[in-house]
Amino acid sequence: MPDTLDTHVRFGSNSGQPITRRDGRAKVTGGATFAADNSPDSVLHAVYVPATIARGRVTALDTAAAEAHPGVTHVVTPQNRPPLQGDPSDKPTMFSFRFEALQDDTVRYAGQPIALILGETLEAATEGARLLNPRYEIATPRTGLDEAAHYTFDPDAFGKPADTVHGDPEAGHAAAAHSVDVTYETAPQYHNAMETHAVVASWDGDRLSLDMPSQALSMTCAGIAYYFGIPAENVTLRSPYLGGGFGSKAIPTGPYVLAVLAARMTGRPVKMMLTRQQMFGPVGHRGQTRQRLRLGTDAEGRLTVLDHAGLSATSTFDDFIEPAANASQGLYAAGALRSTHSAVRLDVGTPGPMRAPGEASGSAALECAMDEMAETLGMDPLEFRLRNYAETEPGTGKPFSSKALRECYAQGAERFGWADRPLQPGQMRDADGLRVGWGMGTAFFPCPMFMAEANATLRADGTAMVETSAADMGQGAWTALAQIAADSLGLPLDQVEFRAGHSGLPDAGVAGGSGHTATAGSALHAAGGDVIRQLGEIAAADPDSPLHGAGNAGFTARDGRLYVAGDDSRSDAFADILARAGGAEVSGAGSASRAPEAAEAHAMNAHGAVFAEVKVDPDLCQMRVTRLVGAFAAGRIINPRLAESQLYGGMIWGLSFALHEEARHDPARGHIVNADLAGYHVPVNADVHGLDVISVHEDDPYVNALGVKGVGEIGITGTVGAIGNAIWHATGKRVRRFPIRIDDLLGD
Amino acid sequence: MKPFDYLRASAPDDATRADATIIAGGTNLLDLMKLQVMSPDRLVDITRLDLDHIEDHEGGLRIGALVTNSDLAADDRIRRDYPVLSRALLAGASGQLRNKATTGGNLLQRTRCPYFTDTAQPCNKREPGSGCAAIGGQTRLHAILGASEHCIATHPSDMAVAMQALGAEIEIQETTGATRRVSIREFYRLPGDTPHIETVLAPGELITAVILPAPPKGRQVYRKVRDRASYAFALVSVAAIVDVQDGRIAAATLAFGGLAHKPWHDPAVDRALEGAEPTPELFDAAADVLLADAVGQGSNDFKIVLARRTMKAVLAEATGLKEAA
Repeated sequence: MPDTLDTHVRFGSNSGQPITRRDGRAKVTGGATFAADNSPDSVLHAVYVPATIARGRVTALDTAAAEAHPGVTHVVTPQNRPPLQGDPSDKPTMFSFRFEALQDDTVRYAGQPIALILGETLEAATEGARLLNPRYEIATPRTGLDEAAHYTFDPDAFGKPADTVHGDPEAGHAAAAHSVDVTYETAPQYHNAMETHAVVASWDGDRLSLDMPSQALSMTCAGIAYYFGIPAENVTLRSPYLGGGFGSKAIPTGPYVLAVLAARMTGRPVKMMLTRQQMFGPVGHRGQTRQRLRLGTDAEGRLTVLDHAGLSATSTFDDFIEPAANASQGLYAAGALRSTHSAVRLDVGTPGPMRAPGEASGSAALECAMDEMAETLGMDPLEFRLRNYAETEPGTGKPFSSKALRECYAQGAERFGWADRPLQPGQMRDADGLRVGWGMGTAFFPCPMFMAEANATLRADGTAMVETSAADMGQGAWTALAQIAADSLGLPLDQVEFRAGHSGLPDAGVAGGSGHTATAGSALHAAGGDVIRQLGEIAAADPDSPLHGAGNAGFTARDGRLYVAGDDSRSDAFADILARAGGAEVSGAGSASRAPEAAEAHAMNAHGAVFAEVKVDPDLCQMRVTRLVGAFAAGRIINPRLAESQLYGGMIWGLSFALHEEARHDPARGHIVNADLAGYHVPVNADVHGLDVISVHEDDPYVNALGVKGVGEIGITGTVGAIGNAIWHATGKRVRRFPIRIDDLLGD
Repeated sequence: MKPFDYLRASAPDDATRADATIIAGGTNLLDLMKLQVMSPDRLVDITRLDLDHIEDHEGGLRIGALVTNSDLAADDRIRRDYPVLSRALLAGASGQLRNKATTGGNLLQRTRCPYFTDTAQPCNKREPGSGCAAIGGQTRLHAILGASEHCIATHPSDMAVAMQALGAEIEIQETTGATRRVSIREFYRLPGDTPHIETVLAPGELITAVILPAPPKGRQVYRKVRDRASYAFALVSVAAIVDVQDGRIAAATLAFGGLAHKPWHDPAVDRALEGAEPTPELFDAAADVLLADAVGQGSNDFKIVLARRTMKAVLAEATGLKEAA
């Protein structure tokens, strides 16, 4: 029993319950207000004109024609754009990337804003944008990984990952009895949340009001404030609901800044909502990668070296290097580990964090390379992974805070029926003659915490209000965080008013890195605990309370009553305690971040194992993923229904990565040809057959007081490789580029 | 978007004499208007016309131009006697779109060539004489048969491929008020040097119905190969109607989607099959006929292989060879 377990959160009646989304009804009935649902009086509609070339210069715009169109009020170009107070190249927050806001006439990628039209109606502004008819001086665009020089870089803030070496990789290669040396590629991908980026901005003097979807309310306010030369506290941001974020909505980008600028320029509220086509360019994406994996093992299949070199595409004007090679750190017990990154500058928008940045693309290549190594060894892929199971963190030797990966492997394999898998590929057919293949991959994701604050107030009637600026991207923050808050106060969920999604509330940090429940939840837990502590002091000091004088024993809160710890016969109702104290409210505050000593002493990750079955038509090579089984261990699960949904979503994302998603650039012109959801495929329901999630029990006393890790992204990892490996197992063909398509298997 | 006038037709003459772009379900036209690919000055809405019946006719069926794709696919007579058509319809679009899309509109839908739908790119179909950006570009959805140096687009319809195999006729009301019937095999044009002219419809003419001949003998199969399981256009699709008598193919009609500017039908392919015993070798020989002049554009080269494989798989199913194997 770990020594810190006694600081663990008490189990309440709320956490652990599969409560349905508290915002579900509002969303499905249209009652939930998303950013673009706001239409203040006298609002102007903003439409930006996207560059239709990928590299060059704007030489002419028909501004007069656009201005003359009825309903068009303003045409903003680099010639007349009012100044910003902060340089778009500056980095005011840790999530800042240079953006395009009409600084000059240079075109750096297709889709870059080159002008902004404001109109009394969306239709007028849209037609004004069409009438602008830009002409260009065109330079040859570079959109492929070999179309520009590769470079290395000094690791720096977010976006420039450090290389990591543990042990002696060259010695590991030299000592290897068996080895593989394989190169995998992954395609450029675009987030494409269902809700496109949107903002309604209005100014009152030097105070700015924003309705916009944000995964990081406080940081967004700070970033926007910087560019407009006002204090961050002058920005009010409302983001009660996001129709998906996936990392794209954590960072203010050019279109947002332009809309805010337009509102200041005109003195009127301005609304902008991106079209689906506009989602492909200025608002981030996952850069394409090429990854070389060199693995060596001894004669028994123990890894002597795991050597992962990633090449990632970024833009010509900033660095977000998809840290794919880092996926090989921390998972397998190799004698030596090396992860290196290089990059190439292409005429594309700057990439950014996209759900499991680095982990998704890195895991795809790693898990396939591991499968190829197992094939070389003639070993079952699961047995090979168990042979290299890391009991402590590879490289550092740190103990894991918890790691139930062995149980994930066992339970997933059992549910899937992995034991019946033939070792050789091409051995299985179904009743219709389709080739059947089984593959697996390990899922792995860090469990970071950011910083968060929360307040809690117990009201005189015994109900409570808690608040933190948490963001619900659809993952269920409105529900899971409220469950934690209610437990921290010892109240049923319906007795707690939960406020979130507003920048005026205590800073909940970033909804990213799969760490929002852990971080904001821990702050809420601390805030509730602070209230209960104060309430206990009041009760213990109150001669009329049954709890009088019991302060030393400590109290627990349950169902709106305070109990003497270990003595259920002595209790007092919250409302009674407060009534006798004069009807006052009790307010508490909490904050949370990772405890430094725990982080220093432990490696902290969530783990899982994903098993995939695919069926491949032997003639037509159509691929269908017929079964996916994922077993995941991610610490305490606050809401099993929502966590399962997150894991389903992650696994479907993995399927999408493996077989569908790819932005395709025109080779000559450089623009993305399939920039809409008809051409940029994600799976439809018919592509997703059996999905099975197993939640493997895991207690973790170190990650945080709640024992929560996070489930937002891990489902992608493991899944991509499992599907690629299953396709090999069905067909005997290794396709080393994602997404895998019919033509990759078709042959001549 | 550009302002436009909207009229509502209460009789077919209103539509043919309106000097306007006809709108029915609007599932394609409205998208193209939003993208500013089509920018009509005037729309005439025909959805109030009495053209939404399926009637017995000359031993076959007369399908009103406004019968929705959903209703057509679900019709008992279609499902029983023309299953290739029902299956083709259900292979297209989504439930929501099929509820809106009409029979006439489906025949006239425009290509999904991404260079056609991007007004920043040259396109001879959208803007005659401007050039073809698709050639040398991303051509996964593009033609391998019947293309020209001016256009390599494909027709996106599934329904029309099945109608092509069935030998449907299209009933057209002319601007004079007269009616004529055109075989679907004469209805569509290859791109040549006028890819903006896609059919034999003259300006103002209105499709009023599609007439299916008496139900054909034999098995009917529709097979669509695409990148995902639903809601994607065909890489290759094949509609086949094959009648096997005494171990020989008595009659065969094959039509193909995803390969050309129009739903493809090559009578020589049918003739190569008729009278012969169904074997994989025969199917290959017929595929040789189909693909003799096939030309890939680079990223669609695989479709030449895929078309052969799909055709062979469909023929194996339609002739019973698959079950025999």
